[in-house]
Amino acid sequence: MKHVLSDLWQITKKDLLEFARDRIRLITFIIMPIFMMVLTGFIFPSQTSVKNVPIGVVNENGQTGGQLIQIIKNLEVTKGSKVFETKTYGSLDAIKDGIKKQEINGGIYIPAEFSKDISTNKQAQVTIVEDQSNPQISGIATQTLTNIVQGFGKEIGKQKVGILVAKTGARGPDAGALVTPITSKLEGILPGSTNYFEFVAPGIMAMVVMTAVLTGLAASVSREREQGTLDGILISPISRLAIILGKAMSQSIRGLAQGAIVLLLAIFLFGVTINGSILLVALLLLLGIFSFVGLGILVSASAAEQETATQLLFMFQFPMLFLSGAFFPIQQMPKAMQDIAHLLPLTYAIEALRKVIILGAGVSSVTGELIILTVFGAVTLAIAVPLFRKMITR
Amino acid sequence: MAKAENTIEVKNLTKKFKKFTAVDSISFNVEKGEIFGFLGPNGAGKSTTIRMLTTLLTPTSGTATVEGYDIKKDQNEVRRHIGLVAEKIILYNHLSAMENLEFFGKLNHLSKDVIRERSEGWIKRLGMEDWKDAQASTYSTGMKQRINIVRALLTEPDILFLDEPTLGLDPQTTFMIRTFIQELNEKGITIILTTHDMIEAEALSDRVAIIDHGEIQAIDTVENLKKKVKDKKNPTLEDVFLQVTGLDIRDKKEKSKGQAGPPWRGGGQNRVR
Repeated sequence: MKHVLSDLWQITKKDLLEFARDRIRLITFIIMPIFMMVLTGFIFPSQTSVKNVPIGVVNENGQTGGQLIQIIKNLEVTKGSKVFETKTYGSLDAIKDGIKKQEINGGIYIPAEFSKDISTNKQAQVTIVEDQSNPQISGIATQTLTNIVQGFGKEIGKQKVGILVAKTGARGPDAGALVTPITSKLEGILPGSTNYFEFVAPGIMAMVVMTAVLTGLAASVSREREQGTLDGILISPISRLAIILGKAMSQSIRGLAQGAIVLLLAIFLFGVTINGSILLVALLLLLGIFSFVGLGILVSASAAEQETATQLLFMFQFPMLFLSGAFFPIQQMPKAMQDIAHLLPLTYAIEALRKVIILGAGVSSVTGELIILTVFGAVTLAIAVPLFRKMITR
Repeated sequence: MAKAENTIEVKNLTKKFKKFTAVDSISFNVEKGEIFGFLGPNGAGKSTTIRMLTTLLTPTSGTATVEGYDIKKDQNEVRRHIGLVAEKIILYNHLSAMENLEFFGKLNHLSKDVIRERSEGWIKRLGMEDWKDAQASTYSTGMKQRINIVRALLTEPDILFLDEPTLGLDPQTTFMIRTFIQELNEKGITIILTTHDMIEAEALSDRVAIIDHGEIQAIDTVENLKKKVKDKKNPTLEDVFLQVTGLDIRDKKEKSKGQAGPPWRGGGQNRVR
């Protein structure tokens, strides 16, 4: 048994050396996390990233309607860049046609009686048209338009209430407070606002690291099996435990290196701030890896060929990608899916990483996740290692 | 544990892969210091037997001892006494010969100095000294096989298993390896040789076993086996082999039965190195 550690290290060292010499594998290893980060970072829409959304406007009214459209036109995301790019259409139907042709992602229709209704104290109505083919952009666009219309309406309400209040001669009541008696103030735990990328970054990090270990381990064993080199290792008088742990170790080192790449990119390219302890982040990643090693060993022992291993893994990875909450909050999923999500170790790793990275949580806030990951890893490993021993000489 | 006069004793050894019986209750002995030719058509059970004897496969039933050690119970002891040149070359392409040898030597708990000393002697003998620090990916098949043999010899084994060691090699390398096998045998190493080359088997083997359909069909010295060939003057080992195993093409027959066999047994001649 005294040899287990040194045998394990020989295998780890050999695997890493072999890997470092294989240029193609090395390049994909570095590029993969960069791709993941850059793609998710730039593609997924966040409030501030929506700009120049083309919308159609119809103003049958005139001056008051014109004021409303001017506000829509002038709305800026950041200084100098507008939210909407407006196109003038002739009728409500023309807007709908425009959406069908995908010239625009929404529209607003102001009827001729708009200002007349307002001045005669009737409730005026505008129509906002949504593009149902593009719920993400359309959601943001219609929400923004609704807010603008409501804001515009409140201003008019304030003026009218102001006139009424003046007529009663009462002093004190503020017209604004009468129209909007309650307002809310948003306060986060941390200063500044978070964007979607900050939500996604911990998820990507956990996923990149863990899939690297899972696929890496299975691929490494099945590749050696196919090449025949595994026989050379198996015929040595060393413990089978040392063999599989040596392989798991080299994959873990690679996984952590990839995690570090993701973390550095998140910090320097996307401005994510790590609010919690970086050591705790590393510990969580390590435990995340640990929770996956058993699964990786099981797959590598059962699949004789690389292709089989890859397909088996895909079966695990694909649902995990969506269910673990890496990209979509688990709370938004139906109950049954949430239950499945809570069976996946990745879910806990991501939740804990998010707490630490975004909210600056300490060990005490992630104890539950730490325990779950450890137990999951220990149990799967305890099942996997004896099975590996058996299956490898089946 | 006392060493046997027979270096390998096999008794009713059987290996089944699901319904397919690859090796069917075979028994034979290998004597210390001999070159034992282990012959048979494709899919006959040669490699499966060798894999069981080298602890790479667990037998379904039966027993075998190697240097007196049980292949199921004393696996690490068995491993300490054997060297294996398997069907597939055991070398990492991205490592040099020396790095490969150092890795496998360390797994056998040899010190760096011992590995270096032993490797360099054999590398020189096999004419690979100019290549020992180049990556194995730059080697020809013959060069790889020479380093592969050095790897198998690192532990100074008592028994060397050679599974088709000259397959696909040019006549020069084949000659070099055959001569080397004889040299090793003269030093006292017992050799178990699997080959489809009947000339090679006849030239090298003291005794020959012919296995077919997972069973030993004949086992004796080449001379004695030749005497049993009917209707032919001056028979060769090939005549013996064909008389014992018949003229059916095995791969076709196996395919029509739907018996694929284990994954490493991809028909010898077509294999790519």
